Amino acid sequence: MSEMLVRFLVGGCVVSAFATLGDILRPKSFAGLFGAAPSVALASLGLALLKHGNQYAATQALAMISGAVALGVYSIVVCRLLMVGRLRALTATMEALLLWLAVALSLLFMLGPGT
Amino acid sequence: MTPKVSLSSLKDGRWHEYLIRFALGGLATVITGLISNAFGPAVGGVFLALPAIFCASATLIEKHEIRRKRDEQMNGRRRGQQAAAVDAAGAALGSIGMLAFAVCFALLVTSHAALAMPAASLAWFAAALLAWWGWRQLRRALRYRHVMAGRATARARRQA
Repeated sequence: MSEMLVRFLVGGCVVSAFATLGDILRPKSFAGLFGAAPSVALASLGLALLKHGNQYAATQALAMISGAVALGVYSIVVCRLLMVGRLRALTATMEALLLWLAVALSLLFMLGPGT
Repeated sequence: MTPKVSLSSLKDGRWHEYLIRFALGGLATVITGLISNAFGPAVGGVFLALPAIFCASATLIEKHEIRRKRDEQMNGRRRGQQAAAVDAAGAALGSIGMLAFAVCFALLVTSHAALAMPAASLAWFAAALLAWWGWRQLRRALRYRHVMAGRATARARRQA
């Protein structure tokens, strides 16, 4: 339970810090870089390194490559859905989340579970 | 446009929006941990790049833009969509940085564990910055070509 609480607090702080940076930076395209910052990864990999050791964290980081590629695809699709499809931000980002999951898991299984 | 800091945008935010973002960030980290425990580090690792925070950020950007335009007695819906789309384009470039982070961390963590996190963070920032700069240069070059082609067409019409 206490581990989950630590995860929640560390994750919340790191994500908020990057999100605030994204809020105060201009132009918006530059600020967008912080929307894809590895904030969850910083918190999770740090905790994984402390609790499970190097090999576990290395496996997580390798698998993260699939997620990062999927994030690139996801962001481009969201951009198109907003500009061409004229969807609202919440609808576009939530609908494209399924695409992110499909691309990320497909890549993971194509490259192998150990990546 | 050179990157700069503008603190005025912080006035657009409401305290509950920051609280929701904090809770979402914490929740995403907890869920990643739970998935790793249940399905192993490989499946859990994929969720380290989950765009959960991006959903919240894009929605907030759109909302702030609409609110700002409404204060000026205008309908800001389209402007809000455009602002969120520019943010998404930035996130697409940022994903190159995230990729660099993951590769650098995976390469270093088994041999130099203490170095892995700072080096990967540096790799993220350098790759994201380079991707953004390259994209700006490409856009500038394309715009220049477009303008030059327009001028050439106009000149040809005048001569005909």
